Amino acid sequence: MKFDTPATTNPIDRMTLVGQPLDRIDGRLKTTGKAAYAYEHQDAVRRHAYGYVLGAAIAKGRITAMDLAAARAAPGVLAVVTAANAGPLDKGEMNTAPLLGGPQVDHYHQAIALVVAESFEQARDAALAIRVDYARAEGAYDLAAARDTAEKVKQSASATGDFERAFAAAPVTLEATYTTPDQSHAMMEPHASIAAWDGDALVVWTSNQMIAWGAGELAKTLRMPREKVRLISPFIGGGFGGKLFLRADALLAALGARAAGRPVKVALQRPLVANNTTHRPATIQRIRLGAGQDGRITAIGHESWSGDQKGGQPETAVDQTRLLYAGANRLTQLRLAVLDLPEGNAMRAPGEAPGLMALEIAMDEMAEKLGLDPVEFRILNDTQVDPNDPKRPFSQRQLVECLRLGAERFGWRQRNPRPGQARDGRWLTGLGVAAAFRNNLVMKSGARIRLNSRGGITVETDMTDIGTGSYTIIAQTAAEMMGVGMDQVTVRLGDSSFPASAGSGGQWGANSATAGVYAACVKLREAVAQALGFNSADAVFEGGEIRAGNRRVALGQAAGAAELVVEDSIEFGDLDKRYQQSTFGAHFVEVAVDSATGEARIRRMLAVCAAGRILNPKTARSQVIGAMTMGVGGALMEELAVDRRHGFFVNHDLAGYEVPVHADIPHQEVIFLDETDPVSSPMKAKGVGELGLCGVAAAIANAVHNATGVRLRDYPITLDKYLDRLPELA
Amino acid sequence: MKPFTYERPASPAEAAAAAARHPAAKFIAGGTNLLDLMKLQIEAPPHLIDVNGLGLDGIEPMAGGGLRIGALVRNTDLAADARVRRDYALLSRALLAGASGQLRNKATTAGNLLQRTRCPYFYDTNMACNKRQPGSGCAAIGGVSRQLAVIGHSEACIATNPSDMAVALRALDAAVETIAADGATRSIPMADFHRLPGDTPQRETALRPGELITAVTLPAPVGGRQIYRKVRDRASYAFALVSVAAIVQRDGSARVALGGVAPRPWRVEAAEPEVARGAGPAMRAILDGARPTHENAFKVTLAERTLGAVLAEARG
Amino acid sequence: MRTPDFAATRRDLVMGATLTTAAVATPRRPGARAAAADTPATGPGAPVMKIAFTVNGAARTLDVDTRTTLLDALREHLDLTGSKKGCDHGQCGACTVLVGGRRINACLTLAVMHQGDEITTVEGLGTPDRLHAMQAAFIKHDGYQCGYCTPGQICSSVAVLEEIRAGIPSHVSAELEARPQVTPAEIRERMSGNICRCGAYSNIVDAITEVAERPA
Repeated sequence: MKFDTPATTNPIDRMTLVGQPLDRIDGRLKTTGKAAYAYEHQDAVRRHAYGYVLGAAIAKGRITAMDLAAARAAPGVLAVVTAANAGPLDKGEMNTAPLLGGPQVDHYHQAIALVVAESFEQARDAALAIRVDYARAEGAYDLAAARDTAEKVKQSASATGDFERAFAAAPVTLEATYTTPDQSHAMMEPHASIAAWDGDALVVWTSNQMIAWGAGELAKTLRMPREKVRLISPFIGGGFGGKLFLRADALLAALGARAAGRPVKVALQRPLVANNTTHRPATIQRIRLGAGQDGRITAIGHESWSGDQKGGQPETAVDQTRLLYAGANRLTQLRLAVLDLPEGNAMRAPGEAPGLMALEIAMDEMAEKLGLDPVEFRILNDTQVDPNDPKRPFSQRQLVECLRLGAERFGWRQRNPRPGQARDGRWLTGLGVAAAFRNNLVMKSGARIRLNSRGGITVETDMTDIGTGSYTIIAQTAAEMMGVGMDQVTVRLGDSSFPASAGSGGQWGANSATAGVYAACVKLREAVAQALGFNSADAVFEGGEIRAGNRRVALGQAAGAAELVVEDSIEFGDLDKRYQQSTFGAHFVEVAVDSATGEARIRRMLAVCAAGRILNPKTARSQVIGAMTMGVGGALMEELAVDRRHGFFVNHDLAGYEVPVHADIPHQEVIFLDETDPVSSPMKAKGVGELGLCGVAAAIANAVHNATGVRLRDYPITLDKYLDRLPELA
Repeated sequence: MKPFTYERPASPAEAAAAAARHPAAKFIAGGTNLLDLMKLQIEAPPHLIDVNGLGLDGIEPMAGGGLRIGALVRNTDLAADARVRRDYALLSRALLAGASGQLRNKATTAGNLLQRTRCPYFYDTNMACNKRQPGSGCAAIGGVSRQLAVIGHSEACIATNPSDMAVALRALDAAVETIAADGATRSIPMADFHRLPGDTPQRETALRPGELITAVTLPAPVGGRQIYRKVRDRASYAFALVSVAAIVQRDGSARVALGGVAPRPWRVEAAEPEVARGAGPAMRAILDGARPTHENAFKVTLAERTLGAVLAEARG
Repeated sequence: MRTPDFAATRRDLVMGATLTTAAVATPRRPGARAAAADTPATGPGAPVMKIAFTVNGAARTLDVDTRTTLLDALREHLDLTGSKKGCDHGQCGACTVLVGGRRINACLTLAVMHQGDEITTVEGLGTPDRLHAMQAAFIKHDGYQCGYCTPGQICSSVAVLEEIRAGIPSHVSAELEARPQVTPAEIRERMSGNICRCGAYSNIVDAITEVAERPA
């Protein structure tokens, strides 16, 4: 199905199941330990062995010698895989550095060997018996030091009007530099895979957000035909972008299984995850804002520097600045430096998350300079059209509504605009706000649907559920479209033998994947109508029946003795060119800062989101509170600490890389504005999983400023950065 | 983890004898730190002596009003003991500020005292570390050092002791009772239990090879306001940036011990009279000679401010 | 000819809207890894010991490499994969199980140290068709997302309410000697050893609160 004109009324609009806050259909499995994750499909293979990964001990250089003798001789060892014996490997399109390094080493903890043994304990012991000699090479590990070597990135540059002149002429200006650190996805399930060969065919149970990408990349890396590779990933213990691509666990499991002649399980050891896999790259961001005394922005400029491995990509931290606020004169520019740190890549809301961490502090600073309330300043600079191309409207844009409703619900009026004034015992308290913005991306997505003779519906798509609720919203979509109860629908996900879907990334998954299911259901409705002699245009699907006039027939009759199977996909036309499709929100935060120690703790959080139709308010709300929680981490604690001499992230485990715990998170409130966006898809939905993160950290930074009077521009906002600027103790 | 043999003796004497038979053996109790390190081969004992069956898990009153805490008393049970909560609130609070509920259920009194540093360079076996591999150097010096020591450290090692419990025990003037392989027993004051690194950062305590901790003794209660204040980036389940253990008496006299700043719980008795003059003078005396890195210099300010808050609370 | 790597009756990967439709609701086939359980995968050089304990009410005997953690014994030898390995270093809480009713990190204890112990994993609390009250409350309040930390969160939750009932104080208890109450602050502090990167904390606290308030 081609989607190239805005949606009109369709069966989803009934909203009998879609849009309802239903419990997750996989909830009973997840809460009882019966949901099997990648490393747990041991009953699907025979006599599996265990792999243990050895990571490089240097950031850059060459392996000069590798002594495998002790490892090979160790009890239980079946194989030792290295680049020297793995056979010829290609590199996938989506990973920058080879997933199996050697002799060249491209980054710290790049996998350089896999030891396969009968037991996990044996593999671990033997892997640590490998002796490696290296010739270290000089590397670049410090973004600030490499800043001047960074090159302009063409595709993200934009200019409208004459920014420099307008900025110079503006009566009120702000110029400030902000930094965001490298961050780690730190999903709870480490990257893990079980690989099993059957002749020249390979099956890999893995933990991957994008099954079709992963299967293609694995085939390419192994120089195999794509159709000989099957990836299966029914449950994924978190991804956040860290499992968008093929990673070393899957490749090494495949190589280990080939070498050992047995199925092999591999999980990246937690201390390897931060340096072995991808991370959100650090940024240095320079923001310049110019406004008239009336508070209207006349010049808005945002430049960002980031680094990556040679051949890598920039963190697109300026993208939202092209679209979020009005202003006739605009400039955005990315610059990319070559760094020899581990590979940077997408982490939840790439671009917007770090971009808004900076931009939304700048907006707070500018409001202060103008003597305007930060909510009102943002409202004043709203735009209903793409400011770079005023003929191009937003499909929906309720940023102002989000800000106004949030301010009312949060009690924004209580905020003292003079910082450092509010106290609660030993605590300095403050309120902060930030806008949330994330573009709505759409991706082709397919599904296969089976109708059986009992009227049961089975949906098959390689879509993944990484905690987002895909199982549930897909079941809701199919049940709504076919007019059956939820108990009539079975959903099978995460298998590359199913039709390729949008996958889980870029907050496109929910809208695109359900739209794909919608398309397949439309086809099934036609097939059912035809089989049973109805005209699909005036047939109603309800109560497990197809109905027109006085005639009604149970759906299952269309299947006959066998199954009725249809397959279709949604393909998107140019509506995303004709309309700017984005999601909007507003975050409100109250913080308390210990007046003595500077410890910052969150007291209240509210997010108001406008993101099209909410397919399941319960799971969507969870997406948003989870993102808000990640925002707390980004604001207050998360930083991969770079050792600039040795070129690695030092705090490479879950004790060193702190993410929020229960005690950091208060009760969180989420409000979804009533919205449908017929331009986005037949579902009229968009995504919320990334929107919920965008702006949170800045709202916290702004609240810390309101509490303390200290303006911090370098994340994370830890007490060491402002302790000496807190009030003297009484 | 290297292969190891395992035994579970039934008495302290048997355990001591086992240690004599296996010179490179390690005692294992809760295991929450030792197994963590064994998985990374930072520790690689060929033999483990499981001391959980030794019956050292009671808390008994001592003549003179103190308490003897068995080496195997779990952190949870020690923190929850009614006598500890009433008379040694500092200890209870310090324990509750550390680790997580799960870890406190397993971790023991003796094991807590023996837990090793959380310095990331100690934990990363690719990095030079004199504590892990004597003579290899210290990668932490000049590296990421925000969490590391500001005082008491050396050119060989700038690691901190991570324990909260030990800081409270230091302020409470506790002592550590042990039994040696030959059956000899002794009591080591907390002041002498943890060593400063000097040139031998691998030697962290006064224990001799094979010597087993049997108990920790607390002197008779000293009363006063007992406050343990732990400062950290996240609100729980994190090691201290700085912690302050203080016992403040009505007459204004005080004991102060610090965590998170030094290779051992940091207490300077000679500086304690300065507390009467305020947190600033007191902390200047306590941290006299501090040599922080540029990344952890804030700890000096933080310690002073935290002590100020603690004193205000104690007097408030 | 080489034996195929796939088990003859590979479990089908089906997700049903209701449990009646899905093969996944059935427990793991007990014989699936019987060979591994009977003859542990250990070779010469690593000591192996026999261990007997009770898991979820059933007596189990295993021969294990002394290096095997309780977590790996459960997951790899007994096929009880509900307890998760998130970090293997006591830094996340995904492996939380109850031993003698007390919660611990199964990754930081050796199987051989649990001779005679009674161990309860998430599988022992309830099953898909007979949910424990805490499991039901997590579903109702959407106290999870990816689900990987969930078994640990649930085991911890059950133990936390017991710990509060037993009068064990916490870091946030205002009075050390007073009986702790079930408050959001107490729950949050006590649950802080269970990290949820998806960020379901707010909902988890709601779930635990509901169970706590239910008459026993």
